[in-house]
Amino acid sequence: MTVANTKTTRPVLIFWIVAGWVGYCLLPWYMVDDGLWSFKWLVDGYPFDDDYAPAAFLIGQGVKLWLAPILIPLAMPLLVIGRPKSDPLYARILIISGALGFSWLIAQGFSIGIRGFNYDWLKLLFGEPRIRQFGMGYGAMISASAFLFLLTQGIAARGAINGDVFVVSAIGGVITIVTAFVFYPIANMLFSAFITEDGAYSISVFAAKFFDDRLWGLGCLAGARCGAAWNSLFLAIFVGVITTALGLCFALVVTRSGFRYKRTIRALTVLPVITPPFVIGLALILLFGLSGSVTVFFADLFGIQPTRWLYGMPGILIAQTLAFTPIAFLVLIGVVEGVSPSMEEAAQTLRANRWQTFRTVSLPLMRPGLANAFLLGFIESMADFGNPLVLGGNFDVLSTEIFFAIVGAQYDQGRAAVLAMVLLFFTLSAFYAQRAWLGKKSYTTVTGKGDAGVHPLMPVGLSLPVMIIALTWALFTAVVYAMIVYGSVVELWGVNNTLTFKHYVTAFSLRIEEEGIRWTGAAWDSFWTTLSIAAIAAPLTAAVGLVTAYLLTRQSFAGKNAFEFGTMLSFAIPGTVIGVSYILAFNVPPIEITGTGVILVVSFIFRNMPVGVRAGIASMSQLDKSLDESSLTLGANSWQTFRRVILPLLRPAILAALVYSFVRAMTAISAVIFLVSAKYDMATSYIIGRVENNDYGLAIAYSTTLIFVMLSAVGLLQLIVGRVQIGRRSQLSVKDAS
Amino acid sequence: MSEPTISSKAATVRFDGVSKLFGKDVVAVDNIDLHVAAGKLVTLLGPSGCGKTTTLRMIAGLEMASSGRILIGDRDVTKLPATDRDVSMVFQSYALFPHMSVLENVMYGLTFSGFAKDEARTRALKGLDLVGLKGFDTRLPSELSGGQQQRVAVARALVLEPQVLLFDEPLSNLDAKLRRQVREDIRAIQQDLGLTVVYVTHDQEEALAVSDEIVVMRNAAIAQIGTPRQLYDTPNDRFVADFIGEANLLECQITDVSGDTATIEIAGHRHQLPSRGLTSGPATLAVRPSRILINEASGIPATVDKATYVGVRMEYTLTGGFGQVFAVQDDVDEPIAPGTEVKMTFAQKGPVLLPGE
Repeated sequence: MTVANTKTTRPVLIFWIVAGWVGYCLLPWYMVDDGLWSFKWLVDGYPFDDDYAPAAFLIGQGVKLWLAPILIPLAMPLLVIGRPKSDPLYARILIISGALGFSWLIAQGFSIGIRGFNYDWLKLLFGEPRIRQFGMGYGAMISASAFLFLLTQGIAARGAINGDVFVVSAIGGVITIVTAFVFYPIANMLFSAFITEDGAYSISVFAAKFFDDRLWGLGCLAGARCGAAWNSLFLAIFVGVITTALGLCFALVVTRSGFRYKRTIRALTVLPVITPPFVIGLALILLFGLSGSVTVFFADLFGIQPTRWLYGMPGILIAQTLAFTPIAFLVLIGVVEGVSPSMEEAAQTLRANRWQTFRTVSLPLMRPGLANAFLLGFIESMADFGNPLVLGGNFDVLSTEIFFAIVGAQYDQGRAAVLAMVLLFFTLSAFYAQRAWLGKKSYTTVTGKGDAGVHPLMPVGLSLPVMIIALTWALFTAVVYAMIVYGSVVELWGVNNTLTFKHYVTAFSLRIEEEGIRWTGAAWDSFWTTLSIAAIAAPLTAAVGLVTAYLLTRQSFAGKNAFEFGTMLSFAIPGTVIGVSYILAFNVPPIEITGTGVILVVSFIFRNMPVGVRAGIASMSQLDKSLDESSLTLGANSWQTFRRVILPLLRPAILAALVYSFVRAMTAISAVIFLVSAKYDMATSYIIGRVENNDYGLAIAYSTTLIFVMLSAVGLLQLIVGRVQIGRRSQLSVKDAS
Repeated sequence: MSEPTISSKAATVRFDGVSKLFGKDVVAVDNIDLHVAAGKLVTLLGPSGCGKTTTLRMIAGLEMASSGRILIGDRDVTKLPATDRDVSMVFQSYALFPHMSVLENVMYGLTFSGFAKDEARTRALKGLDLVGLKGFDTRLPSELSGGQQQRVAVARALVLEPQVLLFDEPLSNLDAKLRRQVREDIRAIQQDLGLTVVYVTHDQEEALAVSDEIVVMRNAAIAQIGTPRQLYDTPNDRFVADFIGEANLLECQITDVSGDTATIEIAGHRHQLPSRGLTSGPATLAVRPSRILINEASGIPATVDKATYVGVRMEYTLTGGFGQVFAVQDDVDEPIAPGTEVKMTFAQKGPVLLPGE
């Protein structure tokens, strides 16, 4: 063995020391206005112009002197070069310099904003000099990362996680970005609920907004209107119950009946993935709206006046049930299949008939799964923004109220924050209940041992109503989706029913001219923005998700449970809450990204991260841990093991995470609608804009296009993943070690 | 460059008072001292949960000792992670990387040891040659039989020329016939190359067959260390006697000790054997089933309770004033019928005295 035991040069350490200096001396310290990928600054006064100057040049010119102390922690790590890792000074110096540099950067970032000092006591202490600074740019970001990773290397050198630099750095990195982009904005938003108009903190402001009648009023019991909180809660409970019941029907049909077209039914599960949330609402308007086909048909038949019954609770309920039943279905397929057939067979050999078996064994074993499906439906309904926006009418729910508090005439940040807190309380309670209570109670018995049994068929008395309900609902879903396609080629719905491609032409026309293609359609701008933002966000989401999953399944460290809870938390935070908290937190330094494409990318990464984490955990727990261990004993370090053994084996999971985060980024609306700007408009928010202008034709044509784009993305994934898996998985079974 | 050959850099392994705790109060390994000489094959043997696998994983660096010192050669490796130890391991499940070919698997460790690609390749092929898998280099692990996968795992560990080579129950996933073959191959390679090998198993026959020395473990501690012969012939206590091969444990009285010879009395019958430092009083007599002689002219009266024909021999269960014993006899042609009254004695060599309860 030649090299393995005597690693004296540590390229990682050198890299981060150099990165720190490069960030400080060479790159523009502050955010460059022209965008992340514009390099205009290079020829526009760099490095002496204040806007583009690196920190070192700023200090050289005598401005922003509070950046000078950073030189100390930048210089300190130079002392450790050449020292052995076991030297106690090595760890101590790295920890001190990393912690010092990182905390100084944060402290100065929060203390000095666009209008000088952010805190009164600082003004008292230092007077009110004419100082100000903008959001962190390349330089500041890279220096901050350098300090962070010097700190983690110091911690590793002290012996944490067996001195594993890669693992400690990964933990530090994930904690930092989750703190910065999930916990910080949420905490910031919660505080802003207590801020009065003149900027002081006050409980009474919060109380006034919290006990508002528009939030908690119970007028609907007496025929008037109820508060948004109650509306959301009732709606979510209804949706949870109905979707769970329908999902169970579908799952039973697929797993325990002789129905011949099971595969078609299974295909339902792909629908919520590819459908932008509000599209169902649009289709319902085409059917049941004031000039909807069904409404008009019955109005003509019975000579009654068409009503607006759809707008409000009934419409939202139908739309959400349509949208979320497939999710419950997906969960419950696993649950229903997970009940071990041998239990049911045992019951039958003990002289229970089919109905008794179902009632006394199968159903009780499914109970935790049913509760899980209910809570998912509950959370989804609470968080749903698109359908209430399209169909809400006078029925206020929390997610739309938050939106109107921010963008409406009543602009009231405090109220938005209070509403967001209430919404967050509901979803987090459900999330917590799901984890704390259901986590330990799963009866699904997938043991890895071959289970030779077959699920018994449903008893006849049950199968008939279940079949009827499931098939009716499936037919209804099919009609709704057909309406979406049909609606996109109708001139003007309900008024002029001639077929036309007019809407597609308006949205997606292009002209081929001498200098190339001219994208003249109205939708192209937002379409390309959406594609590129989703394409940038997808690999980052997958990367963050998989690294997190690796840490959760393969490493043990103090605080791992809290770490897991924190990373999965963003699943329970409704998009509207994320949206509000982001614009509140990130339109001022030190992280000033409102109105850029970056904020969209960041919001997608943290909204969709749990998808990547779940995919990663699911497939990593199928890889026997001895694979990692043998790689380690063969002399690879944990980073090399991750890259050469784990990543290649996870290729299907990576692809899935990529495609799903891409597709989810394309269909997202709730957070996006707060974060788009004139320059970066997304497809979904553009469509909502069309709907608000009653331009249904274009909106539906655009939605249809999106659905087909995403359908092909998912189809492509199935094709590729199907290929990758062939013949490569035989050795991955977990064998028990004594 | 001369043709590289696989040689050995065998080193000693030493444990000084090593303990391993999982959580706060689960003691997996309790304060053990151990010395493995260079070039020897030492087996860690014991029932499930005795701490043998944990001990092995501490040598590998996959578990870190909670206290004590571990030395490989002269180097203190107690705090060193697996990556930085010059040790390689053959896993129970083989842990071949399913996405790499056989050759890539064997080259894997070499590329991290600073070998140029060509040399790594030559060495890997040499290793495959050594385990008899010439020509299999482009196959995927999933295209090999269990025994072949096993040999790839051995080659992958061997080519690194580790100071210590570890085996974690390497035969447990093979069928019975293949086991004998593979264990002989492992032993042959170990002796040819002079490797230091630490080997974990719960199969005492396997341990007896391959080891220079066996470490019997029980309840996180070492029960006895010795050569296979020593453990079989002179176990220290009832646990070892019973665990290494089968033994009948009979209560007896030492009536007289003169020099190194003790006279014992059991159910009225007298027998002389080495005293092993015991003095007069109650003791335990351990007798292997094959060392019980039945149908003698004189001896302890006993009744044949069960007689079972297992092909190569007869197995008998006898009862009498001493309790119950299990005996085997090579004579299958004239079996003794159950119910027969017989006289039973012990062979001159074989039975050993153990301290009483």
